[in-house]
Amino acid sequence: MISFSHVCKRYPGGLEALKNITFTIAAGEMVFVTGHSGAGKSTLLKLAAAIEPPSSGSVIVNGQNVGALRARAIPYLRRNFGLIFQDQKLLFDRTAFENVMLPLHINGFERREAARRVRAALDKVGLLDREKAFPVTLSGGEQQRLAIARAIVHRPAILLADEPTGNLDADLAAGIGELFRSFNRVGVTVVIATHDAAFAARLEARVIALREGALAS
Amino acid sequence: MRAWFGHHLHSFLGTLRRFARTPVATLFNVGVIGIALALPAGLCVALANLQGFAQALASDPQISVFLALDTARGDAEKLHARLKEHPGVRAARFVPREQALAELKANAGLADVVESLAHNPLPDAFVVEARDASPQALERLRDELGRWPKVAHAQLDAAWARRLQAGIKLAGLAVAVLATLFALALVAVTFNTIRLQILTRREEIEVAKLIGATDPFIRRSFLYFGAIQGLAGGAAAWIIIWAALLLLNSGLAELSQLYATRIQLRHLDAADSASLLAFSAGLGWFGAWLSVHQHLAQIAPR
Repeated sequence: MISFSHVCKRYPGGLEALKNITFTIAAGEMVFVTGHSGAGKSTLLKLAAAIEPPSSGSVIVNGQNVGALRARAIPYLRRNFGLIFQDQKLLFDRTAFENVMLPLHINGFERREAARRVRAALDKVGLLDREKAFPVTLSGGEQQRLAIARAIVHRPAILLADEPTGNLDADLAAGIGELFRSFNRVGVTVVIATHDAAFAARLEARVIALREGALAS
Repeated sequence: MRAWFGHHLHSFLGTLRRFARTPVATLFNVGVIGIALALPAGLCVALANLQGFAQALASDPQISVFLALDTARGDAEKLHARLKEHPGVRAARFVPREQALAELKANAGLADVVESLAHNPLPDAFVVEARDASPQALERLRDELGRWPKVAHAQLDAAWARRLQAGIKLAGLAVAVLATLFALALVAVTFNTIRLQILTRREEIEVAKLIGATDPFIRRSFLYFGAIQGLAGGAAAWIIIWAALLLLNSGLAELSQLYATRIQLRHLDAADSASLLAFSAGLGWFGAWLSVHQHLAQIAPR
């Protein structure tokens, strides 16, 4: 489903974020990418989602070489993903409902069907009663769950999450972990970048460990 | 197809909501565009009216031939016969001085002034219609008639109307230049509003791109915004001109009563109104397109 082969990523200024990374993630797998901050976890996810191109090597997603994609094709590739960002990137001038609606709107869903799916996604993360709330009025854990609802509402094949439990306490993190596990159980490929080794260990999934941009194991 | 239509409807409604969210800014933008369009469009209307007026006057060029005050009726009749035989004259109508005075009295609201005159100051006259209506032929005929005995003065009535027409043609050119300038202003105004919109919606654009929105999808709401703003500006211009004409016409009604004629300024007709609106919407769209093209590429998600 996702395969990196000999991938390097250098940023202008000489920083080498990833060095010769090779791995494959099969469809339906759940994988943690771990490492200290600065180890290259976020960069790895960005390369997978075609947010940045690799400097060398190839990133293959769904059989498509991400680095070689034309700019016009990238949006269609991204629709395969559910992305959960470190800073969530919620839109603060829209209600929870409208935030979750955005991907469906972009994907061209018919309105009634879209509303049904939005409510299902909000229900899944336990925010159904907050659909009219604006993100500022939500707690940190609720905002994170809202971001997850937005990522899964269009039923993507792959879920990429960057530090989804970054600023949550252990209980909330465990709840989010369970949520990911449940998506994985219905066949979604889940890739989670985290610095929290305990969180990764608890979910008993495969781990890709990064150290200073290289594979550690 | 349905989804496509739904997308457009959604963008359209979203744009209207965006206008409603900032009513004051919207009002000012539409006002600026309206005024910018009302100036050239208003001048166009004025010219069209003037042109219609001048054409009505110039269509039937006549030469007025005034006789000397001491001309006897018999001499006048001889002149009438000579005029009728002249190859360049299609028709000649005799206007005796009494009739001219009576007409003056009836027509121009000058009854009091005419009453107070001790004697008739008007000469006998002929109104001559020429066979050849070209300006050169008319002028030649006027000069010839002016040299006849007993003729005090021959005047080409339509000369000033022709000059007016030439003037209008020139003014039309000036209006076209002005219209071009104001059209550029409209594009610039839209360009800037859209630039601000893109800046304030930066996050939304970024997120949409990350979630898989195509560029046309993102562009669409801005293009709608530009077009609708332009359209509203065009409508505002139409209303401004309409109001100005209403004001002018009520003033003209009084004036035309004095001159016992009916002068009424006409507004843009349906076709011209439609093209004003289409033009303004198109320019708004173009301004938005330029702006989106310029600024959207700078927003790349990180």
